[in-house]
Amino acid sequence: MSAATSESPRVAEGAPAIPLPVVLPRAVRRLSERAVATGLIALMGGLLVLIIALPLGALLIKSLEAPSGGLAGLDNFRTYFATPTLVEALTNSLTIAALCVMIVLPLAFGYAYALTRTAMWFKGLLLAAALLPIFAPSLLSGIALTYILGNQGLLRGLLMGHSVYGPIGIVVAECLYAFPHALIILITALSLSDGRLYEAAAAMGTSRLRTFATVTLPGARYGLVSAAFVVFTLVVTDFGIPKVIGGQYAVLATDAYRQVVGQQNFPMGAVVGLLMLVPAVIAFGVDRVIQRRQTSLLSARSVPYEPKPRRGRDQAFLAYAVLVAGVIVATYGVAVWASFIRYWPYNLALTLDHYDFGAADADGWSPYWNSLIMAASVAAIGTALVFCGAYLIEKLRTFAAGRMLAQFLAMLPLAVPGLVLGLGYVFFFNAPWNPLNVLYGTLVLLAINTLAHYYTVAHVTAATALKQIDPEFEAVSASLKVPFWQTFTRVSLPICLPTVLELAAYLFVNAMTTVSAVIFLYGADTKLASIAIVHMDEAGATASAAAMASVIMATALGARLILVLVNRGVVHRLQRWRRREA
Amino acid sequence: MTSAEATMPFLTVRGLSKSYGGFRALDEIDLDIQRGEFVCFLGPSGCGKTTLLRMIAGLDRQDTGRIALGGVDVSTAPPAERDFGIVFQSYALFPNLTVAANIAYGLVNRRMKRARIEARVAELLALIGLPDQGDKHPVQLSGGQQQRVALARALATSPSLLLLDEPLSALDAKVRTRLRTEIRQLQKRLGITTIMVTHDQEEALAMADRVVVMNRGRIEQVGAPHEIYRNPASAFVADFIGAMTFLDATVEGERALRVGSVALVCEDGRGFIPGSPIRLGFRPEEIRVGNVTPGDVNALEVRVQSLEFLGSFTRARLEPSRDLGGSLVADLSANLSGDLGLSEGQYLYVALPPKALRAFPQASATSPPQASAASAT
Repeated sequence: MSAATSESPRVAEGAPAIPLPVVLPRAVRRLSERAVATGLIALMGGLLVLIIALPLGALLIKSLEAPSGGLAGLDNFRTYFATPTLVEALTNSLTIAALCVMIVLPLAFGYAYALTRTAMWFKGLLLAAALLPIFAPSLLSGIALTYILGNQGLLRGLLMGHSVYGPIGIVVAECLYAFPHALIILITALSLSDGRLYEAAAAMGTSRLRTFATVTLPGARYGLVSAAFVVFTLVVTDFGIPKVIGGQYAVLATDAYRQVVGQQNFPMGAVVGLLMLVPAVIAFGVDRVIQRRQTSLLSARSVPYEPKPRRGRDQAFLAYAVLVAGVIVATYGVAVWASFIRYWPYNLALTLDHYDFGAADADGWSPYWNSLIMAASVAAIGTALVFCGAYLIEKLRTFAAGRMLAQFLAMLPLAVPGLVLGLGYVFFFNAPWNPLNVLYGTLVLLAINTLAHYYTVAHVTAATALKQIDPEFEAVSASLKVPFWQTFTRVSLPICLPTVLELAAYLFVNAMTTVSAVIFLYGADTKLASIAIVHMDEAGATASAAAMASVIMATALGARLILVLVNRGVVHRLQRWRRREA
Repeated sequence: MTSAEATMPFLTVRGLSKSYGGFRALDEIDLDIQRGEFVCFLGPSGCGKTTLLRMIAGLDRQDTGRIALGGVDVSTAPPAERDFGIVFQSYALFPNLTVAANIAYGLVNRRMKRARIEARVAELLALIGLPDQGDKHPVQLSGGQQQRVALARALATSPSLLLLDEPLSALDAKVRTRLRTEIRQLQKRLGITTIMVTHDQEEALAMADRVVVMNRGRIEQVGAPHEIYRNPASAFVADFIGAMTFLDATVEGERALRVGSVALVCEDGRGFIPGSPIRLGFRPEEIRVGNVTPGDVNALEVRVQSLEFLGSFTRARLEPSRDLGGSLVADLSANLSGDLGLSEGQYLYVALPPKALRAFPQASATSPPQASAASAT
């Protein structure tokens, strides 16, 4: 303590040294509010432990078990790296992923630049076109490529004798699939720029190229790194595309599937799963660091950059964007078109036969209904759970340890590829000792798994919306003796209604399209549409596979459309309070 | 009310401390507040005033120390068990509820009859001067109106303590002055014990019965506004409340000081030992300018270094002809500066009235709090 503060403060005169009051407050009713809060946080934490932590723990333990049972320590890992075919899959995966990063990043950057930094036309339409792959299962791009570049493909001459079934097909299909994910990140990065910096650069007579190198690129570099990791992780962990178009070319994801489903070698499957976890965990860590820095780039006084029209540049970028969007839409369009074609490419007459799924797969349309029920319940229950969970974590003050645990577990799934989580679910929920193994193979478990898989993005969305609400609302409510759950239902939830709908749409679309996490978990009567695609494709019914994928895509796009309409109609009317005029 | 209750402070704080990491946000705070008082916590950002308020409300928990409210020990009680209403700088009005619903928010929960709630809301709307605005949403009101609604909401449940956390800081100057008068009148009318946190000394002096000046997590002085202004207990308080010029001085005798080469008479005999170094302080408006002759007590010859026109008064920076170890700042009323017709570079005599000179210990805390302190407010 410095000398400056050693001066003793003047106490209010005549104050007794020890406070006299001895009456203790009536705490009975209020204790219950605290108890309810603690209980809910504990429940939330417990649930997340059950659906996220324990399955991952089971995976970790399984990787240390001998195939015959008993503990093997790191033997499985030694075996893995001593087996050339296995290591080959690892190097294949890394090579493919690195290639995809190198291709997707510049393409997506150019596209994001066109959307954010030029005054080109049709921005909304071009953005929508580029996001199309998000609404389809990843393997649809693989199926589309078999139609375009496959043995009977329209443009197979482009490959000059090389087969699309293998690394070429995987790379092209993965690039299509990963493009929108990189694009979203880069659009965000490029939007977060201070227009004043550009004005300053222009005022000093800086050339456009130098401005780009000294202002634009540094501003977007965190986004570029983040996008690179996201693409890398998506590609390494994607199962659908290599399954459809990979041919004999082994990658980690198909290897994990082969070990578990084909050879029933669960410990080795776990090892492969853990290997896939590595890039994802690194990406997760890097992303966390980046996000912390990214926010500091923009101050409250920054002025957003608004591009002014410049004919040559705008037209060049429009041409580029139309070309890229055209490739994406055309690829997915071909798959949809092919699903209506009688016999590709010999009889191009249109037919609905391939939509009679019973002909290609004994289950017929039932996988689609399973998917619909599953996705709808994930959207309904998941949204409620995620939003309430985010509220407990963000807004309550009790049980800090419980909230921290829940927060950690809510962020964890982002670092866990679907296939890895699916493996964890197999090991945990299919274990003979686990009383919950009655859930194995049911839609309930598929829904739980899907929710856990997509938990993080939904949680972050909800938490971000809640953080924007004045943190003093809870303090005010407490002073008015209104318990937090009333403030939640009367204030927080109504304010966040648009976010809640957004969450529901996000969960629905992903639950419709996911393959990787659920491929291990479906039962005889609970096959999902995305899995039916894999099976029909395996059985050679490519057109039916394309048809099912098209139905999924239409459903996901439909859900998105409904969200837009609901937002325009109901929400707009309910949220009149946001507008100044009466 | 029994006689014991009547004499017992309404709010008692004893030994309250709170640290964030290594930073001591509150350091052994003792404070009593009487029933019906309007008390301001005043200090620079990071001084701990908001932390202290939040602890009284139960929104933050102290590391050590006790708080008693109306004779009940509430040291560990959650906010809902403490009887208070609170108003924040951000208003914290629920945007999706109408003004009336905001005010009724705490009433609905008490199983009051609907008609009674409506009557109470109407009464409060009249009280804050917005009788016909109940159906509007907060976004349709101005900042000042929103803060009034927040005040009505805090008062709706008739709490025995009203806490105001920088309630006027987000408003523009005119609205601020008007609202501060209104709040003070309302408080007097209702007789509600009120604590307001502010960093604006003018606000604190204008509104409070008593001001608690805080610095670096400690209370520097508690007293009525005029007391604090006239008799600051420390150089920090003197500097923070109003303006003050400081000079290094040495005590020569009972009432004699030496500043540089100048001998001065000072009436602030606070028992300083002759020969010890002190800091001498005086307020700019207390320097006597005009009608000073060289023979007057504490008369000094100065040169006008600069003049700053500030509307109702002019601030003059004066350079003494003999070394004082610093220049003087004098505030001259518009009338006086007009009569004197001062110009820069001019020489004249000014006097430092012995009553206006205050002596402070040399090692007083006048330096601003550490940078890390900013996070605590």
